[in-house]
Amino acid sequence: MIAVDALTRRYGGFTAVDDVSFTARPGRVTGFLGPNGAGKSTTLRILVGLSTATSGTATVGGRRYVDLPDPGREVGVLLDASAQHVGRTGRETLTIAQRTMGLPRDRVEEMLALVGLTPQESSRRVRDYSLGMRQRLGIGTALLGDPAVLVLDEPANGLDPGGIRWMRGLLRDFADRGGTVLLSSHLIHEIEVVADDLVVLARGRVVARGPKADLLRAAGPAAGGGGLEQLFLDLTEGALA
Amino acid sequence: MTLDVAPGAAPAGYPPIPLRRIVTTEVRKLFDTRSGFWLVAGVGLLALLATAAVAALSSDAGMTYRAFTTAVDYPLTVVLPVVAILSVTSEWSQRSGLTTFTLVPRRGRVVAAKAVACVGVAVAAVPLALGAAALGNLAGTSSAGIAPVWDVTATSMLTIVGSNVLGVLVGFVLGVLLRSSVGAVVAYFVYALVLPALAVVLAGSQAWFRTVQPWVDLRYAQGTLVDGTMTAAQWEHLAASAALWLLAPLVVGLVAVVRAEVK
Repeated sequence: MIAVDALTRRYGGFTAVDDVSFTARPGRVTGFLGPNGAGKSTTLRILVGLSTATSGTATVGGRRYVDLPDPGREVGVLLDASAQHVGRTGRETLTIAQRTMGLPRDRVEEMLALVGLTPQESSRRVRDYSLGMRQRLGIGTALLGDPAVLVLDEPANGLDPGGIRWMRGLLRDFADRGGTVLLSSHLIHEIEVVADDLVVLARGRVVARGPKADLLRAAGPAAGGGGLEQLFLDLTEGALA
Repeated sequence: MTLDVAPGAAPAGYPPIPLRRIVTTEVRKLFDTRSGFWLVAGVGLLALLATAAVAALSSDAGMTYRAFTTAVDYPLTVVLPVVAILSVTSEWSQRSGLTTFTLVPRRGRVVAAKAVACVGVAVAAVPLALGAAALGNLAGTSSAGIAPVWDVTATSMLTIVGSNVLGVLVGFVLGVLLRSSVGAVVAYFVYALVLPALAVVLAGSQAWFRTVQPWVDLRYAQGTLVDGTMTAAQWEHLAASAALWLLAPLVVGLVAVVRAEVK
């Protein structure tokens, strides 16, 4: 379980994340939705210890991420698929993570098969990878340690339609087996088809959160029957007004 | 923020990552990229060329183990600091730090492991270079039909190790301080090539600089190390200039590395 409590991050006079609280529970996919610049990525970076909070807390299973003894075994993280050393092969990228976590060596081949990178592709340097292949490699790195929690920032970026469907099935299956998924995206449709719970962020603040079904019902026909997209636009543009 | 574990939270199920594991992974990372591979291959190639050049070009009297050692050591002194620099800066310039510091959130441990890895590689590279130089000496002298001269003492072998380790540490510290591959490599060559010339000019014209130079000029202090005859005062000079060039920037750089956002 992920618990974010009154999280705030200021950069000088600019408040990127403003008193954000939500939880992501086991067995559910929590969609983290918001327009560009809403503070999603900053929140996720603070959650995994890459940035620090000005105030507030973010914990995974009751502990701060940086206090986890071997975090890759408990939390799979993919924040930016293009943040990989381009001079390494895909297989070597996974091997580095596998050795850091002290996992058996065959875990690398298992992950390559799972994310659909062929032996030829995995022997190529990341420099020659498409964004979709980098996403697959990043998902492989996140799943390598067999974690119970996944934190993913825009993992569908660069995937082709087949890849997007594959990713959706993978996340659904992960949650159905009791895993916790926190999935950020600005693509409403992606979130709509896979998420159980929603956290909507606009200008650093939470403007809506709860089970997807409840939020959609509350919006109802009064919102023009536009579904999640209309709800999202109403919520986020309301915050901008 | 407290470190209290919430009631009912699962106890730490996995042992902490041992530093040894991070070190061996960091050693692997030095060589598993294309640039890492070519740097190492380049050292080997340059050492081979240097050995051949000494064998082919030096006079019979000049063809000694020391001449081969110096020739083989030179590529090491250029390349090892660059390897150390890239070990640190690539985490930022290639943005692989996003994964590295997510898997090991205590960034100080990663930096420590990189330091151990780079120093370890420098220490291991020197015996290899000395071995290559010995082979060169045997081959060169036998083809010239003269007896090999072994004129490098164990002490000066140790000082070769020491000066390579110092060079690696300077590169490493510049990497930690600047976190930019280009910036740190340029800074290293300014340090290694421009500053010594500047120091010579200053020492020639300014009396005050001549007085302080042994204390502030790490390469000057290091020069005595290579000669292999260190007095107590020279060790003090080395310690003082190392504190200035290594310790102070390392502390500043480490604070920034630990605090900075990784993006």
